[in-house]
Amino acid sequence: MSEAAVVSRFDAPMLRAQGLKRYFDVSAPWLNRIIEGQPRQILKAVDGIDFEIPRGETFGLVGESGCGKSTVARLIVGLHAPSAGSIELEGRDIAGLSRTQMAPIRQRLQMIFQDPYASLNPRWRVRDIVAEPIRAFKLLDDPAAIERRVGALLEQVKLNPKDGEKYPHEFSGGQRQRISIARALASEPEFLVCDEPTSALDVSVQAQILNLMKDLQRQLGLTYLFISHNLAVVYHISDRVGVMYLGKLVEQAPAKTLFTTPRHPYTRLLLDTIPDLDMTGRARGPVAGEVPNPITPPPGCTFHPRCPFATDRCRAEIPRPLPLDDGAVVACHGVEEGRIPAGPSLAVPEKPERLG
Amino acid sequence: MATPLLEVRNLVVQFPTRRGTLTAVDDISFHIDEGEVLGVVGESGAGKSMTGAAVIGLLEPPGRIAGGQVLLQGRRIDNLPYEQMRRIRGKEIGAIFQDPLTSLNPLYSVGRQLVETIQTHTDMSPTQARARTIELLTEVGIPAPERRVDQYPHQFSGGMRQRVVIALALCVNPRLIIADEPTTALDVSIQAQIIALLKRLCREHGTAVMLVTHDMGVIAETADRVAVMYAGRIAEIGPVREVIKNAKHPYTHGLMGSIPAVGHDAERLEQIPGSMPRLTDIPQGCAFNPRCPHVFDRCRQDRPDLIPVEDSRVSCWLYDRASGPGIEVAKARVASTHADDLQEAADV
Ligand SMILES: Nc1ncnc2c1ncn2[C@@H]1O[C@H](COP(=O)(O)OP(=O)(O)OP(=O)(O)O)[C@@H](O)[C@H]1O
Ligand SMILES: Nc1ncnc2c1ncn2[C@@H]1O[C@H](COP(=O)(O)OP(=O)(O)O)[C@@H](O)[C@H]1O
Ligand code: SF4
Ligand code: SF4
Ligand SMILES: [Mg+2]
Ligand SMILES: [Mg+2]
Repeated sequence: MSEAAVVSRFDAPMLRAQGLKRYFDVSAPWLNRIIEGQPRQILKAVDGIDFEIPRGETFGLVGESGCGKSTVARLIVGLHAPSAGSIELEGRDIAGLSRTQMAPIRQRLQMIFQDPYASLNPRWRVRDIVAEPIRAFKLLDDPAAIERRVGALLEQVKLNPKDGEKYPHEFSGGQRQRISIARALASEPEFLVCDEPTSALDVSVQAQILNLMKDLQRQLGLTYLFISHNLAVVYHISDRVGVMYLGKLVEQAPAKTLFTTPRHPYTRLLLDTIPDLDMTGRARGPVAGEVPNPITPPPGCTFHPRCPFATDRCRAEIPRPLPLDDGAVVACHGVEEGRIPAGPSLAVPEKPERLG
Repeated sequence: MATPLLEVRNLVVQFPTRRGTLTAVDDISFHIDEGEVLGVVGESGAGKSMTGAAVIGLLEPPGRIAGGQVLLQGRRIDNLPYEQMRRIRGKEIGAIFQDPLTSLNPLYSVGRQLVETIQTHTDMSPTQARARTIELLTEVGIPAPERRVDQYPHQFSGGMRQRVVIALALCVNPRLIIADEPTTALDVSIQAQIIALLKRLCREHGTAVMLVTHDMGVIAETADRVAVMYAGRIAEIGPVREVIKNAKHPYTHGLMGSIPAVGHDAERLEQIPGSMPRLTDIPQGCAFNPRCPHVFDRCRQDRPDLIPVEDSRVSCWLYDRASGPGIEVAKARVASTHADDLQEAADV
């Protein structure tokens, strides 16, 4: 290993994505295209995004359906190859590695999915599901040692080691998500990509899983990429938050900053949709429009048809991400030109006021 | 006292299965007044949808009403013949479900479906019904309704389809709408639009709504009163502000604490240990007793009825005059439960 590589290993963030893109060809079959004279159609699911996640921290990714969150997750764990850009794990580019080159990296990088049922093989006993990564990565080979490790993993996610004998259908949704987490932890990963891990769960079960994930992060020093469409969940779990819209990161900032001083008009729109559980009677702006078809996104800033601050420049020129003093990065002409009036931001109370 | 618009008395919904009879809704009573929005919340499987389906007579067999009564403006509707109930469903009670596609016919244009519904229940001419349809589409915020009216459901986005379903439910001015998770399948920004729309329309038309959801945020924004369901029973029912800000039932309190909120910087969320029991093993006494940090002897033997406490009613023995510690003490105890107590309860 060269000296430069050694240095970067210690200075580099756990994960860094630069100019990351993933395009999908969604054209009609070739013959139809020729006959009907249709052009090729490219869907830019992820269209050039940059972010870093320091070791031990959580980066939350929010945005509405179809904006590209899951595609980012799949790019990072190598389930999709990027169309352009790089993904560095502790300074080493892992984008586009071959399967064999990726194998040792996959061990350090695991994924948890939204649907804990679909992601667990219904015909396997829980102990075999959890032991699968241990066997695949040949971490242990003594059956008794594997059994002990599986028992310890189940205890770590607050299940009973005896539950290993059962099948996934015998568990509730929350318990199944614990099983997925135990399986993800089996290869002793450092980095977990969590794609909507609590979206299918009831709030009381979600609280159990979020608490568990925070505890595990502290105990094991894990780094998380946490994807959700629920802003309150992302606020709760994240150190830094990125907001996606049509394949682009329109704003990213430390969690508290993003929620107290949202800059991008889309971030503000999203914050305005958060239900007012404290029942303060907070006035909210009208929310208008829908996410456009990603195959034919609007030119310039793709948010301009819904943006109350859109100008001619917005309709023509794509805004570049602009770093601000407080750690926020915002891609918006209006913010750059300083013509977006302050607020409406959420009144985040200084002292947390408990409900009940 | 005036007759409420809807009254549900001691409703029991059961499913006969091979392994015995399951009781999905177990002796619940509530009412909805004219123009009122009653929220019904609870975890999945708590019996919310079964309650809604029983009220509009849409229980899927083998599910059946095994006891109790449903009264609309004082008239029993739970024992009506199918044809009569179908007419009430079209005209007096509207329905909105989670997936707008279940309420729309993919083969007919949106306009045709609205026109037919209007003509079934009124004596409007086809031209009048079409004009009314365009008016309705405008009212629910469909852009360019004159052009959209002849399009098919698949040409609409999810949010627009749900608007059409709302138009369908409202087109004959029903007194009551049963909305079962009407926004759950939608994106957050569309959710906010649909909720605002539903609220505005119901206010303008004086329509009452039974709003079934698992989302306390939706309830906080929309409901006048809320019923919290747990294991087929009502744990607590009262004015929305009381239930959300001043929960009296230990389950409601735990549920509220478990919701993450922007601005609440707690390292841990409150968590209720364990999970809701399956219908096959509902514990004796209070159904919540194995998870409750305040459980005492009586809770394991007798099922609590709804006890009036201030403006709410709560099914919890803590509030019982004879067996509880007194209402003020009970309220204080429940209110002071925090994450750590619950964690201890979980660890033992
Ligand atoms: N394999 C694929 N082929 C073609 N298009 C795809 C593929 N995978 C994703 N897309 C498209 O890319 C866009 C982004 O999808 P993605 O699943 O990343 O969204 P998401 O933000 O995770 O949405 P959700 O919140 O619904 O999960 C969508 O328009 C989707 O239809
Ligand atoms: N066909 C059926 N057979 C047996 N049990 C059923 C059937 N349909 C629903 N249930 C049960 O009834 C209970 C209440 O269901 P439901 O009202 O749909 O809950 P919710 O809407 O609160 O999520 C659940 O435990 C569910 O499993
Ligand atoms: S770039 Fe222009 S259109 Fe886009 S969000 Fe900023 S102000 Fe609005
Ligand atoms: S009745 Fe008993 S177990 Fe049930 S909620 Fe009240 S205190 Fe808890
Ligand atoms: Mg996704
Ligand atoms: Mg339901």
